Amino acid sequence: MGSTTGRRGQMRRLALGAVALLTTASLITACGSGEDGSGGGGGGKAADAKGVDDGATLTMWTRAATRPQSEALVKAYNAHHKNKIELTVIPTDDYQAKVGAAAGSRDLPDLFASDVVFVPNYTSSGLFADLTDRVDALPFADKLAQSHIKAGTYEGKKYVVPHTLDLSVLFYNKELYKKAELDPAKPPTTLAEWDRQARAVDALGGDVNGTFFGGNCGGCGVFTWWPSIWAAGDQVLNEDGTEAKLDSATAKKVYDTYRGWVKDDIVAPGARDETGATWTGVFPKGKVGVMPMPSTTLGLMPKNLDLGVAPIPGPDGGKSTFVGGDAIGIAATSKKADQAWNFLAWSLGDEAQVDVVAAHKDVVARTDLASNKYSDADPRLVTINQLVADGRTPYALKFGQTFNDPNGPWLSLMRDAVFGDGASVEKDNKAVSASLAD
Amino acid sequence: MQVKAPDRAAAEHRAPPRRPADRPRPPAARWWRSRTVQGLGYAAPTALFVAVFFLLPLLLVGQMSLHDWPLLAGDRGGNAPENYTDISDSPLFWPAVRFTLLYTVIVTVVLLGLALLLALLVQESRPGAGFFRTVYFLPGALGLASASLLFWGLYSPTTGPLTGILEKLGLVDDPVSFLGTPTSALLSTVFLVVWKFAGFYMLILLVGLQRIPHEIYEAARMDGASRAQIFRSITLPLLRPSLALSLLLCVTGSLLAFDQFFVLTKGGPDNSTVTVVQLIYREAFQKLNLGTAAALSIIVLAALLLLNIVQFRGLRRDDAS
Repeated sequence: MGSTTGRRGQMRRLALGAVALLTTASLITACGSGEDGSGGGGGGKAADAKGVDDGATLTMWTRAATRPQSEALVKAYNAHHKNKIELTVIPTDDYQAKVGAAAGSRDLPDLFASDVVFVPNYTSSGLFADLTDRVDALPFADKLAQSHIKAGTYEGKKYVVPHTLDLSVLFYNKELYKKAELDPAKPPTTLAEWDRQARAVDALGGDVNGTFFGGNCGGCGVFTWWPSIWAAGDQVLNEDGTEAKLDSATAKKVYDTYRGWVKDDIVAPGARDETGATWTGVFPKGKVGVMPMPSTTLGLMPKNLDLGVAPIPGPDGGKSTFVGGDAIGIAATSKKADQAWNFLAWSLGDEAQVDVVAAHKDVVARTDLASNKYSDADPRLVTINQLVADGRTPYALKFGQTFNDPNGPWLSLMRDAVFGDGASVEKDNKAVSASLAD
Repeated sequence: MQVKAPDRAAAEHRAPPRRPADRPRPPAARWWRSRTVQGLGYAAPTALFVAVFFLLPLLLVGQMSLHDWPLLAGDRGGNAPENYTDISDSPLFWPAVRFTLLYTVIVTVVLLGLALLLALLVQESRPGAGFFRTVYFLPGALGLASASLLFWGLYSPTTGPLTGILEKLGLVDDPVSFLGTPTSALLSTVFLVVWKFAGFYMLILLVGLQRIPHEIYEAARMDGASRAQIFRSITLPLLRPSLALSLLLCVTGSLLAFDQFFVLTKGGPDNSTVTVVQLIYREAFQKLNLGTAAALSIIVLAALLLLNIVQFRGLRRDDAS
């Protein structure tokens, strides 16, 4: 046995220590990367359509962006069920990292919602339990927002249901429309009309502006610009989300309109810098004529603001919307899948959809409830609810890194097309495609 | 108890007291071991802390950098050296390296220059010096992310007050876009960092200044040295250890810049303020690729290690000379 003293001995001890640490690291890694992702979910089995309400305590995560809707649903559920849900709201920007870290340590909550565009990342990684049989057993299965169901379907199996729906729609200020001698009952039905009306309001001068958008926010661009392309019947991505079609003639018409607004100063100050944090805070001040907004903000608008709601039009007509918001599923590692399903099934039922979701002026997740006692009292809600059928949710595995990432290629395309001369759209579109196929 | 004189005499005639060298002592090896055990005992808590919170994660990052490791799917096995070769393929990598170096140079020069000026202003114990020392140091008590958020609010053309104030003062006609161009975004961030850290570095330099004996200054003045000569030939050379520490901290901190850009600019506009650490974050949490993020982390660590070694060697050479 060699000596453990002296220079050689020190080296040997160091080497032994390093080997011991490496071994420990390998063991820890091996423990943390189990192959079986199914856990106790058992979501694929045919179960009672209503799940189990036996007084279990369930954990649930949601992101801050859809906090009010999640909190309202959880509060109503906890008030009338034996099961209790402990809701944790996580900052929107940290959500993916938090879910990723929890997935690595197999520490996901029983239920977790996700921005619907990121759902394919989670379904393809096996984080959600299979809900196919449970969803199909619902009496209103075919009435659920199909864009969310489609985004959560992977290899023929359904993993999520709609949780909160957030649609992009036009908000227009009726008071400013009257001052600009526009008819408040006739919102724009084409991009050209939108352009004309925004310019008419902007001509009022002072601190009034025609429109506004988040010019340094890729997610805002996706949410508010793409419906104009879809409204014309065009696609923005291919079927499997690996190739971009953002250099089409229709897309260029959309960029040209926005570039014209920037060039002629029709846009409220701050659009160039707007990273998405405050873009919905401009319209409620009552100084913007017409701009695309998330439908979830309708209930948050000032009571004294007389605003109308209209679908986002295409260059020559048509209408569409980005069906965003959150979808929700049961974690594959959950041991309380039946109890978790009890919450999901209840949240999609008539009572929750009408008395909780619609009562808060939010979009219902079922097309058969588009017209209900709350929406009937406010025609703007009917307009929004009916758009669910016309809307789309894009599918791409690399969606976040391509479109939401502030350093991603889509934001470069957006800014070059609108704040630049628009000459590099084809080149930028190739960069977007490369990121999607990465 | 006192020893009586006869007893003391008797004691002196007894066998002479043993000198320490004559005492039976444990074998050298046992003594050495005992000292070692004691030393290990003292060092163990820190060593354990370093092992658990630095070495172990470092080894894991090293392992990760050699594996295909998606954030959501976990370890998919070795793929070395793909993660390292992929880094240079990113169109953002070299611009991020260049920007990080540029930012480091600007911040280091401006920050240390201002900190030295502030330290010189408040080094004497005059009335009010304590107040100004506190005021200069106060921003340092704020977290960097919080300070960045505060400045983001101030700079915002839609919600911030700065634009309105400048317009009312008649200094500008249109809203100012503090973060709207690459140059303004960089300078606005540098301003935040200088505001936040000038007091901290002032404190380090102030301690250094107060360690310089007054007698040296008095002797120089008696010899007729001017203020500039005193500053150049006495203050600066004797302040070198404090300056060296400040330089080391400032350069390392700037090369690892993340919070301020993440909150203020998110790397924009047009990817003009992407730092190397932001790239690591992007790889891990936007592209969901821990393998490449780990490889980039190892490269940054190696670069910092190299830089610190060079800086230390340079400083030691200076001290020796």
